[in-house]
Amino acid sequence: MAAVRSLPHRHFDALIIGAGGAGLNAALRLADADLRVAVVSKVFPTRSHTVAAQGGVNAALANALPDDWHWHMFDTVKGSDYLGDQDAIETMCREAIPTVYELEHAGVPFSRLDNGRIYQRAFGGQSQHFGGEQAARTCAAADRTGHAILHTLYQQNLRAKTHFFDEYFAVDLIRDDEGAILGALVLDIESGEPLVIASKTTLLATGGHGQVYRTTTNAFINTGDGMAMALRAGVPLQDMEFYQFHPTGVAGKGMLITEGARGEGGYLINSDGERFMERYAPHALDLASRDVVSRSIVTEIREGRGCGPNKDYLLLKVDHLGADVVHQRLPGITDICRVFLGIDPANEPIPVFPTAHYAMGGIPTDRYARVVAPARHGPEEVVPGLYAAGECACVSVHGANRLGGNSLLDILVFGRAAGTDILSYVAENPHHRPMREAYLEPSLDRLSRWERRGEGERAADLKAELRRLMEEHCGVFRDQATMAEGVEKLKGLRARVENARLRDHSQTFNTARIEALELDNLVDVGMATLMSALHRDESRGAHSRVDHPERDDERWLKHSLYLREGDRMDYKPVRTKPLTVDSFPPKPRVY
Amino acid sequence: MTAIRLSVYRYQPDSEPSASNAPKSDSESDPRRPKPYMQTFEVQAQPGMMLREALLAIKEQDETFAFRHSCGEGVCGSDGVNANGTNCLACITPIADLKQPIQVRPLPGRPVIRDLVVDMTQFYEQYRAVDPYLIRKDPLPEQEIRQSPADRDKLDGLYECILCGCCSTACPSFWWNPDKFHGPAALLQSWRFLADSRDQATDERLDALEGPYKLFRCHSIMNCVEVCPKGLNPTQAIGRIKELMLEQSV
Ligand SMILES: Cc1cc2nc3c(=O)[nH]c(=O)nc-3n(C[C@H](O)[C@H](O)[C@H](O)COP(=O)(O)OP(=O)(O)OC[C@H]3O[C@@H](n4cnc5c(N)ncnc54)[C@H](O)[C@@H]3O)c2cc1C
Ligand code: SF4
Ligand code: SF4
Ligand code: FES
Repeated sequence: MAAVRSLPHRHFDALIIGAGGAGLNAALRLADADLRVAVVSKVFPTRSHTVAAQGGVNAALANALPDDWHWHMFDTVKGSDYLGDQDAIETMCREAIPTVYELEHAGVPFSRLDNGRIYQRAFGGQSQHFGGEQAARTCAAADRTGHAILHTLYQQNLRAKTHFFDEYFAVDLIRDDEGAILGALVLDIESGEPLVIASKTTLLATGGHGQVYRTTTNAFINTGDGMAMALRAGVPLQDMEFYQFHPTGVAGKGMLITEGARGEGGYLINSDGERFMERYAPHALDLASRDVVSRSIVTEIREGRGCGPNKDYLLLKVDHLGADVVHQRLPGITDICRVFLGIDPANEPIPVFPTAHYAMGGIPTDRYARVVAPARHGPEEVVPGLYAAGECACVSVHGANRLGGNSLLDILVFGRAAGTDILSYVAENPHHRPMREAYLEPSLDRLSRWERRGEGERAADLKAELRRLMEEHCGVFRDQATMAEGVEKLKGLRARVENARLRDHSQTFNTARIEALELDNLVDVGMATLMSALHRDESRGAHSRVDHPERDDERWLKHSLYLREGDRMDYKPVRTKPLTVDSFPPKPRVY
Repeated sequence: MTAIRLSVYRYQPDSEPSASNAPKSDSESDPRRPKPYMQTFEVQAQPGMMLREALLAIKEQDETFAFRHSCGEGVCGSDGVNANGTNCLACITPIADLKQPIQVRPLPGRPVIRDLVVDMTQFYEQYRAVDPYLIRKDPLPEQEIRQSPADRDKLDGLYECILCGCCSTACPSFWWNPDKFHGPAALLQSWRFLADSRDQATDERLDALEGPYKLFRCHSIMNCVEVCPKGLNPTQAIGRIKELMLEQSV
């Protein structure tokens, strides 16, 4: 390992860690404004997991059915089980409309209606007139919307000449004595060499951490790196107990079947052939909110009405829609079914099971995407120079449960917001803060920990154990005893990871080393999830406690904050006041 | 459970001589530079197993084995490899379709960084060279630029490209002239923008493709079409560009 003094340094106005939709939309704004922007990504940008998003992005364009951003706001607040911050939600729902037009202008090949406007489909939790008829708010490019958006944003960044560091792995943030962020230590994966990227501002846009669960719709690279980097820099993580299980992952495998399949008219059946959602959500049926549908599926299975030889999945029917609709509107789903199940969904129903999908929680930010943490004067002090956007951040627009189509929207709106705020921050703070060698030590220590030779457990084995542990102890239904046991086990596992060893100490493209560094991150976000879940003794949104089945607004209408040091919990109020409209007060949530 | 036999390409540029059983090169330029070799592994078969899962099982046995992969469902384009002589995405290639021992090599014609990991720099450069983004000259409307469903249909079979590189690294013209011939993937993207009713840079795009190499090195051998894991047809796109050039020149 190179001595600190000899490490190469690069200097930028803005360092963006992550080249998914959030990172690239921020980068585009900054590069177009002629800032010096570096985008660091551990994979080539178009391999980021935004590429996998299927169904679409929400905006009240009213192309297909009447719509209004204010209805979108109501649905999002209700969907969040009233834990979402209403100032941020208002911002997002208003900004949705220009954001989607901007994407279209940038080249996204949206599907079209006959009049040439953007095609919009129905998704779960969407209504007209504050809880009335189903709305159609999700703008789609067939069922490859994420691919279309990610490639377009990358292409526009090529035009804008953004500086890319492809296949560089961010190890840790660099923090000075006053708590300001000075950039990050990164590793060139190909050469194995560390590099210091000094930057006036740093945006974390590292996406989600579905890999903490055994079965997930998330890619191998979704390991919560940015969240863990924030934790290690002393920033808490917010609302980590709220992790979304998507109702329709391919049973036993985890690939996602988009909610758009139900939006196009598909529905779920149990072993009796019954359309069971009629019992759980008589009004919204299969398009009830995701937490509701996932719990209904698990309940059906627990009560013995699962399908298949082991009665351990349910069936999603789209075959009644006809081959034209299925193949035209859902070509990606058709591919997944053909390749992984050997069936054509236009002829046969799809076996599905709730699958770990999306992090509502993350790095706490305000609606300008500035990271906020408890400090001297209150719970919401800005960490100078640090921003977060996308799935790794918690603004919070999704609260306790995210609506389908709102994440692509979140990453775009707040990615852009980060870009806008960075512009003014750099204008006001035109100089780099001084960099000292001592600031690099914690991250270099972490690298050298994995350089140790000799006997020790293998990172890959510990990762598999962690993923089983999280599935068993922090899944769709939770209770005190199971989670307390999970925390104890995870503490043990964390200590074992400290002593694990790599066998491979080579420099060039050492993927084992990258996976070991990712394991550190998974352990930290896993602990944040379990600790936050253990302490919240109520049920809200995706957090469903068998031992505390009711929502408890008196005690729990507040955000959780987990701090790494001492595994501490802290809390802060929900911002229930929107910017210009009346607040939506908590109500019982029925669909 | 039956075992699956694979023979995988190994190249460990900085493996420590003592820790490695790799044969050493006798190359004069650098006698310590290790040589590539094929290594045989056996892994347990699983029902419905894909090649990527078999490669992951190899990594379980030997953590020094390196390959790229991510989504596991054929959408990110990371895991293009050559299996039994054909380029494919490991994550959507069923083991059952492959004759054993399965010969797994890196995508051909690219410099190997390590094991199955190749240097794709030139492939990306060719992509950048076709200005792969929408160019508008008119002022933008307040809402969307209208596009009829029929015009939108023209982008199907083009926009789905995941830049996996299976096609270009199967193309003989690209092997010989990777610096001059754009290759099928980049040309498919060139046509994706030429075909877009919203794009307003047709002349510039066509002018930039003039000359004997960038476009015209394609000899319609169709290797690219055969291997594209997304079922796209770069040869047809290249043909369309040539037709459009002809139309515009008369
Ligand atoms: C299968 C699937 C389908 C979905 N469908 C929809 C949908 O239809 N609609 C919707 O709204 N939402 C959908 N979502 C959710 C949504 O796609 C994601 O939440 C969103 O794309 C996340 O974007 P992001 O920019 O935050 O992160 P990502 O796109 O995940 O990007 C993360 C980036 O960070 C980089 N990175 C991470 N760690 C490091 C590190 N240590 N060093 C360097 N770089 C790093 C990665 O390389 C990558 O570039 C779906 C999600 C999945 C999994
Ligand atoms: S058809 Fe053209 S581009 Fe495709 S493989 Fe043959 S020469 Fe290459
Ligand atoms: S055209 Fe097909 S083979 Fe070529 S890069 Fe695109 S997806 Fe891959
Ligand atoms: S792993 Fe993404 S395409 Fe194969």
